[in-house]
Formats: sequence, C-alpha cells, structure tokens
Amino acid sequence: MSENQMNGAEALIQSLEKIGIEIMFGLPGGSAIPLFDALYKVRRKMKFVLVRHEQNAAHEADGYARATGKPAAVLVTSGPGATNTVTGIMTAYMDSVPMIVVTGQSVRGMLGKDAFQEADVFNLTMPIVKHSYLVKNANDIPRVVKEAYHIATTGRPGPVLIDVPKDVGTEACTAGLEAEMNLPGYKPEPKGYAPETIRQIADALAKSQRPVIIAGHGAVLSRAEKELRQLAETLQAPVATTLLGKGVFPDSHKLSLQGLGMHGTAYANRAVVECDLMISVGARLDDRILGVPSQFCKNAVKIHIDIDAAEFGKLVKPDIRCRGDAKTVLQDLLPLLKKGDTADWIKRIDGFKKKWPMTYAKKGGLHPPQVIDALNKLTGGKAIMTTDVGQHQMWAWQFYRCDKPWQFISSGGAGTMGFGLPAAIGAQFGRPGETVIAIVGDGGFQMTMSDLATAVIHQLPVKIILMNNHYLGMVRQWQDMFYDERYSGVDLEGNPDFVELAKAYGILGLNLKRAADIPKVLKKALDHPGPALVNVEVVHHEEVFPMVPPGKPLEETVLCHPRRKPGRPAGRKNDPAKSGAKKG
Amino acid sequence: MSKENSTHNLSIYVANRPGALARIAQTFSRRGFNIESLVVSAGATGDFSRMTITAKGDEAGLEQIIMQCSKLVDVLACREHTDEEVVARELALVKVAVDSHQRGEVLQIADHFRAKTVDLSEKSIVLEATGSSEKLDAMVDLLRKYKIIELVRTGKVIMARGERET
Ligand SMILES: Cc1ncc(C[n+]2csc(CCOP(=O)(O)OP(=O)(O)O)c2C)c(N)n1
Ligand SMILES: [Mg+2]
Repeated sequence: MSENQMNGAEALIQSLEKIGIEIMFGLPGGSAIPLFDALYKVRRKMKFVLVRHEQNAAHEADGYARATGKPAAVLVTSGPGATNTVTGIMTAYMDSVPMIVVTGQSVRGMLGKDAFQEADVFNLTMPIVKHSYLVKNANDIPRVVKEAYHIATTGRPGPVLIDVPKDVGTEACTAGLEAEMNLPGYKPEPKGYAPETIRQIADALAKSQRPVIIAGHGAVLSRAEKELRQLAETLQAPVATTLLGKGVFPDSHKLSLQGLGMHGTAYANRAVVECDLMISVGARLDDRILGVPSQFCKNAVKIHIDIDAAEFGKLVKPDIRCRGDAKTVLQDLLPLLKKGDTADWIKRIDGFKKKWPMTYAKKGGLHPPQVIDALNKLTGGKAIMTTDVGQHQMWAWQFYRCDKPWQFISSGGAGTMGFGLPAAIGAQFGRPGETVIAIVGDGGFQMTMSDLATAVIHQLPVKIILMNNHYLGMVRQWQDMFYDERYSGVDLEGNPDFVELAKAYGILGLNLKRAADIPKVLKKALDHPGPALVNVEVVHHEEVFPMVPPGKPLEETVLCHPRRKPGRPAGRKNDPAKSGAKKG
Repeated sequence: MSKENSTHNLSIYVANRPGALARIAQTFSRRGFNIESLVVSAGATGDFSRMTITAKGDEAGLEQIIMQCSKLVDVLACREHTDEEVVARELALVKVAVDSHQRGEVLQIADHFRAKTVDLSEKSIVLEATGSSEKLDAMVDLLRKYKIIELVRTGKVIMARGERET
C-alpha cells in the first residue's frame, strides 16, 4: 500500500514501526477496530501480543522497557479498555518508564455526549502521563507518534498517551510518514548545569571524610553504572541503592551497602545517618527511603543530581543541586576528583556490616528469604527478577544479589500489586534467551494471573515463584506491629490450589513445602523449558526486617519484632485459623 | 519559609495546545495552591498563549509549582515576578445602583479613580476602571457604600519592565 492511500490507523501503525517500536501489547474493542484492522493489514516487524486484561498490557510494556531500555506500545479500546490501563500507566509514570499507550476513542462528533464506551481518557490520565494527545486529525498522526516517542524516551522517561477517535483512524492521512516535531516547550536538558556546579560538587567531595552515595533509577536509565563505580572507587565511598537502583552498583562490591530505607539494610541506614556528605545520583529521595524527611542527613552536605529539576527540594532541600543526566554529570565530575582517604569510615562501615548482617530464619517452616537465597545460588545472581508488591518483594530486594542493572524489576513508586507476572512476561519478550523469575505473593498474583494464558501461548519460560503465606502479608505485618495484631481484611482464605491452576493453563506446577526440597524443586522449575509455577508454602506469620517504622527517622531502624525474638514465628493471638476469631 | 501564604505573580508562556490550561490548573490544585486570578490571552504570535496567574501559597510550594509547570511539555517558560519588577494592570466593570440623587457622588468617586462611565440608566451606572489591583480594591471599597449590583474584574495582567522577559 502506498503512503498516500493510508488511513489514520494505518499511519499510526506504520509510524510506530518506523520509529522503532518492536512490540505492542493490547486487546481490541469497538472504537479500536480500525486500529486493529491496520495491524492486520500493514504490520510488518512489530510483534503484537493479545493480553487477557488491559492492565496487564501496560505492565507487560513496562516490564519490557525495564528489561531492555526500549519502550513498547499498548493498544486498547475506548472507555473500559482505556480505564483498565490506568493502573499500569500510573505504575510506569511513578517509576519513569517510557511507554506509548494508544487508546481508541468514540468518533469525534460524539465526544462529550456520553456515547457508548466514551471516557474522557485524555483528562482522566492527565496527572499520570508525561504527556498526552487527543488526535483530532489523521494528518497529525505521524507527527504525534514521533513526538510521543521522543517525549517518552528522553529526559526523565515516562508514559505518553495517544487517544484516537475511531473516525480519525478511518480518515485518509495524506501527510506522509516523514513528520517534523513541533515541541517548542520541551526541554529535556541532559546538561542543565553550569561547569561551576561540577566544581562545587568536586570541592564538597574533597572535603568529605564520611561520604555516602545513593544511586537510583536515574543512574540505571542513563546507563551510568561504569561512572558510578568509578565515583565510588575514586572517593572510596560506600554506595546504597534504592529499590529501582538495585544492580546499578554491584551488590557484591565491597563498597556496596545494598538497599536503604524502610526495609534497607541496617548498615546502609546507619551509614546514611552518620555520613558527612550524601550525594544522590538519579534517586528522587522519596519518603520510603528518607525515614523522616526533615531528619534525613540532617548534618550532612546534600548533593542532588537529577535530570528532573522538579525533584529538587520536594522533600529534601539539597545544598548543591545539579540538573542533568547522571552519566553526563559523572563524566564531567570524575576528572576533577582526587582519590579519597576514607579508610576509617570504611572500617567503621565494615563494623556495621559485621554487627548487623542480613540474616534470616531457617527453622520452623519455610521462610521466603531462604527460597530467594537458594534462587540466588542456583542462578548465580544472573536471572532477571521481577516482583509483585508486599513482603516477598522486600525479601527479594534484600536477598537476591544483582551485580548488573536492568535486572531487578519492581513497582516502586506506585507499589502496584499484580505487577510481577505481567512484568515478567514483558521482560521475557525483551530478553528471550535469559532466565526470568517472577517473585509474587498469593494476593497480588491473583490480581493479574489471567495472563498466564499469554505465557503459555507464547511459550515464555517465565518462572513464577509464589510465596504463599495465605495472607496479604505486608498489611498483616503492619497490623501486627502497629495495630496490636488486629488483623482486618488480610486473611486470604479461599486461595485456589495454585498448582492445579497452573496445570489448568498447561503450565508446570510444583509444590514446595519443606526446606529440604528447596534446591530440588527450584531446579526442576528452572530447568523446565516452558513456563513454571512453584507454590511455596511459607510460614504464615513472618515479618520483614530491618524496618524503619512509619514516621520514624532512619536512626530508629529496628532489626527484629519488638515483641518477639528474630526467627521465632509470631504469636497467634488473632489468627482466625487458630482462635476462630472474626475474619476480616 | 519566609513568606507564609503570600500572593505571587506568575507568568507562564505556553504553546497553544489542547489541554495546556488543564495541565497547569492541575499542577496548582494538586499542591494546594489557591488561584486568585487567571488570565489567558494570545501571545505575540498566535501559536502561543500567555497566562498570568496570581496565587496564594508558601514559598516552598511555589518553587515546586514553578518547576512542575516548567516541566510540562507545552510550557516554554514559567516565572515569578515581584511587584517591583513589573507593570501590573487590571480592569474592572462595576454596576452600581444609583438614583439621580446619588449619581453625582458616584461620579465623583469615578473621577477620582479615572474610571469611565460606560453605561448609564435611570437606576444604575456601569463604571470601567483600570489600574493596579490595589487601586481597584480601593475604588470598589468606596462604592460599597452604594449598592453594587454586579462586579467583574479581569484579574491581573503583568509585563516585566525594561529589557527583562515576562
Ligand atoms: C493494587 C494494590 N492494592 C492494595 C495494595 C496494598 N498492599 C500492599 S502489600 C499488600 C499485601 C500483598 O499481599 P501478597 O500479594 O500476598 O504479598 P505478601 O505481602 O503476602 O508477600 C497490600 C494489600 C497495593 N500495594 N496494591
Ligand atoms: Mg501473601
């Protein structure tokens, strides 16, 4: 078909292919039929994956982007199809993940008239997209797609939504696919800093005796792992990583503090408390890592490097702010640095590591950290890990050791339950030859497990490790610790037999019930050529530690349950299964 | 936070695209800033609009809002201006109920503020006044002695003095 005979829908699909979108996840409906018809007619290289729920489409695109660095597209219908993507868009937005979401829309003449399946998606999603378009003219499509891709992938990445009325899809597009962008207000500015700022940072670093580096998702996104390592090794400064920064500095490096914050390591939190200088490389310093924002690094010099100027001073007021791409900034900074003499500081930190090592219980039933640790050994820390949200997520973060970025995929800012499985599917599409493991909870898994079908159809060998504690565990932990064990609405009675469920989809399903079987069962799942699910019957009552209780500063990181010894299962005061108490 | 909840003048230069106003309004409301007046008008060329916003809030919140607005894809510039840096003007139309006895007094007030009479009837008079918002406040206050039937104000528009950009 020649370009001048295209309709809007065909122009859209061809523009997405032209710009380099390799994969699209979606599900059709009335308003999107012209778009799907164009997929049928003009799609060449781009893969299309039919999902079972539109939320999954967005999470799959998200997982793909977090595993590859390349954006994927989502294609859904108007109204409920579009609103089903909202959680997925918000998840991507909070974690700066590039994505292009195309939504079908009612015909132009019906907009605002409450037509069948009309939802004002443009306005509904406005606070959770980096930018959005409601296309009113087919000739705008090539430009809009080009702009959307540019906006999604540059500066601080994020999702961009394109709402396409049905009759814009069927209208002729005579504009041709070569389009000029017109974005006079868009300024991603990788070098939005003065040389003077770099000098100031270098001077502050030269004066510091107890520096700490915090590395976040920005360092991953800008591919600054090499420069970050040079920074740490030159300064001889320890590095703590955020949930989304995991792997950008090797967990196994002797300068690594691993994670910090609410469930960070005690030594990372202590180092942050005692440092005289904190330099944040691409972390937005959100409330989950700060403890009490006003107390965070109170007496330390605070340096904040971020591509997004709006992050400066949101919660923490930096002494030096440097707006720029992490890699670019570090490349400018490194030549100005002298070798740091921090031997005493490192010795002190090594002392913290000895005093408060990351340990876990091994007796009295199966414990999730044991399983994560075993996975770590079996995969040599090389698997791509996705997680759902809850206790298992925190344990995966704490006990899986990553030495590379783009390897640990978790919903941080949004904390979206249901993310784990679809993210793993997306990641496996992006990196087909590699081991992809989804660590999920029994609660979150049930929110999006419908896409098991997608894993089966495409024979994606994702390994689902389901930490089945029969609870919405993380909420139960809070109720246990801060609400005097009043368990309300957290008992997941009625869980299905997950192994039978897996089998119903034609997936290998395995039970893991005894610690002695851990290596055998996990190995069987990992060696299986197709998708596999392991239902791990873990201890029902177990809490994630260390923990900074809500509203407390990092100084008050607690190592074990205030009312119990570490490793000992919880009291069963209000356990409905034991006492017959009212269920939530 | 030096100036708690003081009033700020913001000028936003924005590409004339659908949704631009909604995005900016959301940026303010999400952060608890109360917009006192908002004027949107065509910029020097048709592709761009100029928004002048007066809003109340604290300094830290204001800095966030300026950065959040600047970050919007359609926004070319978002700046705060102190009263000294700018020429600020507002226009008011005031409809006052007056009978023939009161008319003289009202016209005297109008004269003092250089307001024009733009409509006159048996029972009412409409005055048009321009000037600083403070001047309009003062005039409206004096007119409250009579019965103000309707009051419409455009909201403040500002322009930076001299070579400075607004
Ligand atoms: C969509 C959504 N709803 C609710 C929550 C609140 N929440 C956070 S963790 C959690 C419990 C998760 O339970 P499960 O998936 O079983 O994992 P576990 O904590 O037991 O490991 C809940 C309900 C959330 N994060 N996301
Ligand atoms: Mg659970």
